[in-house]
Amino acid sequence: MSARSYLTDDTRLTSWLFTTDHKRIAILFFVGITLFFFIGGAAATLIRLELATPQADLVRADVYNRLFTIHGVVMVWFFLIPSIPATLGNFVVPLMIGARDLAFPRLNLASFYLFMFGGLVTLYAVFVGGIDTGWTFYTPFSTMYSNGHVVLAVTGVFITGFSSILTGLNFIVTIHGLRAPGLTWYRLPLFLWSLYATSVILVLATPVLAMTLLLIALDRVAGIGIFDPARGGDPLLFQHLCWFYSHPAVYIMILPSMGVISELIACFSRKAVFGYKFVAWASLAIAAVGFLVWGHHMFVSGQSVFAGLVFSFMSFVVAVPSAIKVFNWTATLHKGWVRLDAPMLYALGFIGLFTMGGLTGLFLACLAYDVYVTDTYFVVAHFHYIMVGGMVTAYFGGLHYWWPKITGRMYPEYWARAAAILIFFGFNLTFFPQFILGVLGMPRRYHVYPPELQVWHVLSSAGASILAVAYLLPLFYLVWSMFYGARAPANPWGATGLEWLTTSPPPKHNFDVTPIVRRSPYDYTLSGEARPQNA
Amino acid sequence: MPETPAFQFVDLRQQHAVAQLGMWTFLATEVLFFGNLILAYCVYRSAYPDGFAEAARHTQIAIGTANTAILLTSSFLVAWAVALVRLNAGRIAAILFAGAAALACIFLLLKGLEYRIEYTEHLVPGFFFTFGGPNQTSAWLFFSFYFVATGVHALHVGIGIVVLVVIALKARCGAYSARYHAPASVAGLYWHFVDLIWVFLFALIYLPGRAS
Repeated sequence: MSARSYLTDDTRLTSWLFTTDHKRIAILFFVGITLFFFIGGAAATLIRLELATPQADLVRADVYNRLFTIHGVVMVWFFLIPSIPATLGNFVVPLMIGARDLAFPRLNLASFYLFMFGGLVTLYAVFVGGIDTGWTFYTPFSTMYSNGHVVLAVTGVFITGFSSILTGLNFIVTIHGLRAPGLTWYRLPLFLWSLYATSVILVLATPVLAMTLLLIALDRVAGIGIFDPARGGDPLLFQHLCWFYSHPAVYIMILPSMGVISELIACFSRKAVFGYKFVAWASLAIAAVGFLVWGHHMFVSGQSVFAGLVFSFMSFVVAVPSAIKVFNWTATLHKGWVRLDAPMLYALGFIGLFTMGGLTGLFLACLAYDVYVTDTYFVVAHFHYIMVGGMVTAYFGGLHYWWPKITGRMYPEYWARAAAILIFFGFNLTFFPQFILGVLGMPRRYHVYPPELQVWHVLSSAGASILAVAYLLPLFYLVWSMFYGARAPANPWGATGLEWLTTSPPPKHNFDVTPIVRRSPYDYTLSGEARPQNA
Repeated sequence: MPETPAFQFVDLRQQHAVAQLGMWTFLATEVLFFGNLILAYCVYRSAYPDGFAEAARHTQIAIGTANTAILLTSSFLVAWAVALVRLNAGRIAAILFAGAAALACIFLLLKGLEYRIEYTEHLVPGFFFTFGGPNQTSAWLFFSFYFVATGVHALHVGIGIVVLVVIALKARCGAYSARYHAPASVAGLYWHFVDLIWVFLFALIYLPGRAS
């Protein structure tokens, strides 16, 4: 470890809390989202415990409502949305483009504090009595009938929205304006293309959520009635506005993970990603088309049949760029020098789980079938395959891949592989039975169910306990490795990107000399030797 | 500091370009923020055309028109000031920025006066709202939109006043020059945006139902 890495440059607490260094802010975000991940996970654990039996023996109905609302709100806004962009993205974006920091370092710090402040306001709402609306805050229940702390909760989410916007804005401007000499758009690593597409969504969708939440809060406090049928308002309008944000939000979660997977697949196959330009533009295509599919959440809401048809069609269309990515990753493996290090195990797990989630998404894009399984566990299983099987798996893959760069230490490979495999099996055992439950007619958000469904719920809860252990494992061995892990060299994986040129961990301003880029991002020889981007 | 770029930039030109792009990106966010509200307004206006027209006739069009003229004039002053900053005439520009901020304060005063009139005429939803005739419900919706939209816009004006005053003070101290003027031009962009939003709100709120 160099004497003056970003970690050791100034070790006072205030130098961490008021840092504008993108690498330290990434660490702050790691701490924040890990905290929220385990809070959301605790709620999920209680949900799965309750569902182990058909009767209500652990919690009452209203407590159960609060549990799944906490789980949804915390996981969506305080873990999934910021996870990869604010942590891994924050850390590696300037390194990957050969810059000394993001374009607006102080806004970056503001983004962290807005995130934490919003999170604490939401947690406060939970502790003083909770919210029972579900994470979507559907009106008129949320505005008129709910006896939870809706205003507090939406205030927390509203504040956190500004954090999203600032991070997205920072990435867009940084990727446009701060690239090293020679780093053209088609020499950008695919992770940056996907973060760019993500940032466009963050900047354009989040404000719609912000205004919608403001209207809910005003409706509840002052009774302005914009979504209240008794006052001539239209709850369907709320659903449109809600999903105009909330569906693109799914792509905020999955696009960065696709970027991570592109990096992992290239590095551990020792090959350029097959069809680089297609994968790059697929990210932007997903971001663009993703804005036009929100109505598939509303097939049974009473929207017109014509709208239903159009949204169904667009939902099939948005699957095409996702499929391109899956095919291209798979083709990249072909005749590569595939190495099964832990990050690659996560990447392969991602491809399998994301494909499952994506294909069942096509079931749901299909109007007639969606009517049959709307609001059942089929939907729950589908989006968990995307968000947990896809996004969280990729997050862990990227975390292990860049861990040596972030900490200057190697993680224990044996334990990491064990955790990767355990997550894959635990995940499938938890969520595959839920597809079957959905088809059998089990509705979501109920804490009691007919006894004949119990076997599937027990399987799911058993899987959840495996998954909980698998998610706790990295917490232990990664923290252990920070103190006892082997020292990491600058480029432990023999990868090509600019982030591997600097020391592990990097110095405060990343590069002593700004690198000049001369090569495409994944330039490997036929024998799998890396040719760094500046060579 | 003004004459040397911040550490993450190669030169002032790059810093300036990045600041401009940052503000344009932020304004894109703002467009969607207000766009949501304007869309909702349009949905209800097409659902209740008569009610919205009648309610719009109860708005204070004289104050609204005066406020439009005031904001457009302030935008003109800001555009002029940004041009002057680029010509190294910071002290004159400071006066123009301050003038724009003063106009914005007058805007807010008039807006407050307007709210007061609406309160006395029982047009504030939730506060003794009364509106005779068959359009009671849709008038309530109209005035809900009116207060949310103009309220959120007034918040932007208030932030703009703070920004303009800071820029005016710094311009007076000679902080900006032909080489370094990114904060002044970026603040100008923001202010023009706030005015542009008002132009849309003016047309949507004050003008319906007045043609015949």
